[in-house]
Amino acid sequence: MPGGAIGLTLTGAAVVTAILAPALTTIDPFALSGPVLGAPSAQHLMGTDALGRDLFSGVVHGTRTSLLVATAVTLLTFVCGTGVGLVAGYRGGLLDDLLMRATELFQVLPRFFLVIVAIALFGPGIDRIVVILGLTSWPVLARVVRGEIIAMRDLAFVRAAEAAGASRMRIVGRELLPNVMPSVVVLLCLLFAQVLLVEASLGFLGLGDPNVLSWGLLAGQAQGFLRVAWWLAFFPGLAIMMTVLGVNLLADALSMPGTRGGARET
Amino acid sequence: MSGWFVVRRLLQVVPTVFGIVLVAFLLIHIAPGDPVLALAGEHGDAEYYAFMRERFGLDQSLPQQLATYFLRVAGGDLGHSYVHGRSTVSVIVERMPATLLLTGTALGLAVVAAVPLGALAARRPHGARDVTISGIALVVYSTPIFWIGQITLLIVSLWLGVLPVQGMTAAGSTATGAARALDVMRHLALPVLVLASQEIVVLFRLTRTGLIDELGRDHIRTARAKGVSERIVLLRHALPRALLPAITVIGARAGHLVAGAVIVEVVFGWPGIGRLLLGALQTRDSPVLLGLFMVVAFAVVVANLVADLVHASVDPRVSLR
Repeated sequence: MPGGAIGLTLTGAAVVTAILAPALTTIDPFALSGPVLGAPSAQHLMGTDALGRDLFSGVVHGTRTSLLVATAVTLLTFVCGTGVGLVAGYRGGLLDDLLMRATELFQVLPRFFLVIVAIALFGPGIDRIVVILGLTSWPVLARVVRGEIIAMRDLAFVRAAEAAGASRMRIVGRELLPNVMPSVVVLLCLLFAQVLLVEASLGFLGLGDPNVLSWGLLAGQAQGFLRVAWWLAFFPGLAIMMTVLGVNLLADALSMPGTRGGARET
Repeated sequence: MSGWFVVRRLLQVVPTVFGIVLVAFLLIHIAPGDPVLALAGEHGDAEYYAFMRERFGLDQSLPQQLATYFLRVAGGDLGHSYVHGRSTVSVIVERMPATLLLTGTALGLAVVAAVPLGALAARRPHGARDVTISGIALVVYSTPIFWIGQITLLIVSLWLGVLPVQGMTAAGSTATGAARALDVMRHLALPVLVLASQEIVVLFRLTRTGLIDELGRDHIRTARAKGVSERIVLLRHALPRALLPAITVIGARAGHLVAGAVIVEVVFGWPGIGRLLLGALQTRDSPVLLGLFMVVAFAVVVANLVADLVHASVDPRVSLR
């Protein structure tokens, strides 16, 4: 599976860059360290911006922000989505109905605009981006988990555990959860890639934390200099594309070929 | 389509709309600072704030405030922009046509482009043509839309100089009629292409998977066995059924489409709600942002509703569920 290998390489490269960021570049990304709007050169691999700040250093340090936000949102979604899906699917009845209505509401909320309103009212910050993206991303996961649990809850191995007197917690945690994990992991990978893109778009509009470097922030700052400095727009966007592509390829490789092609559309 | 289904589906809209208003209400009240700032913007004077407090009943108890707010929204009052000196709704409605032109054209182009591409790829799954198209699709799917915009703008407008770069019409243009329409179309071409690229990719993947699925079914084998030409098998027997899920997906992606339009408008200086949103962020005009959130949320609800009704009218199985 060459796609999976490429995916793993690209994702791995982004993770390593984020971890080793201070070692990879010795230039302070906020320092005025070079010529104004300098083209890429040996000293400044990706050129410099309008204040003479090193873009390579900015992109390397921006990796941390993007991956951190995506990881936090993915974890939050995992907890909410799997939790709701397990409870709704296993318990059924009125609780299931209520949770599914809530899922429908969260699914229509335009999360991009919701984040914008929240930032306008609460001020900029990465924490609120994470909370809102996390709280609006779980419905798809919850629906998939619920569906799988409903298909599974009357199967022999669950019945056997119930007959053996296993508690509900044990059945959900030890019998059901491990069996939904393959689909959960694939969905979370696709979500991770999506969050990277949303976070970049927010940064592009200047909605991230202005004191924390991110790929989207760099791309947004480049917008005013397209005519004179192509590199400012080119490299941050390239970094996002490579990372998102890597995670998407990984998700494709993890899913069974042909059976989950529609998962990304939901 | 049974009348029952229509009624049931319409009733589902009620709690959703109420939920959206409730989310907006909670945001206004959880936010630090006086709720009147969220409803009226930051730059008003004391008299104006007193007027807005009265209007939204901010001196009443919270449940009463929620009721007042709900009635206000139901009456089409989403707040008042002090910066624009007008109601939020009128500010947003004024920018809608430009955004609708952009999103509508992009969606049309996406459908027209994605279906043939999907058919081409599904003909021989995992063949050279499929691998190439699907590979390109995955790369486009993984690219932030602002970057597609920036790179397209760099190449087509700045280096090749064939199409205009910014705005909806040429600067200072007073042209009317056909000349103006042509001018707008020239300005529209690049933003539409960029916005459509994301939708093309999603619809392409859907068409491809749907067709591959459908072409392996018994009724297709029967059609082929009785000598129906491959073209008719594809166009008449496989494609209509394969495209059914696309209706729902287009509806469900309405929010994505508008969010994409906002970014594209910022890149290309297109005078729709994206530019309005950016301006509102800079002037901290929260009523406009709150209004945009609700307008887009309601639009998504309507898009889902329409998609479900269309789906049910072409596929009777839906309304029996």
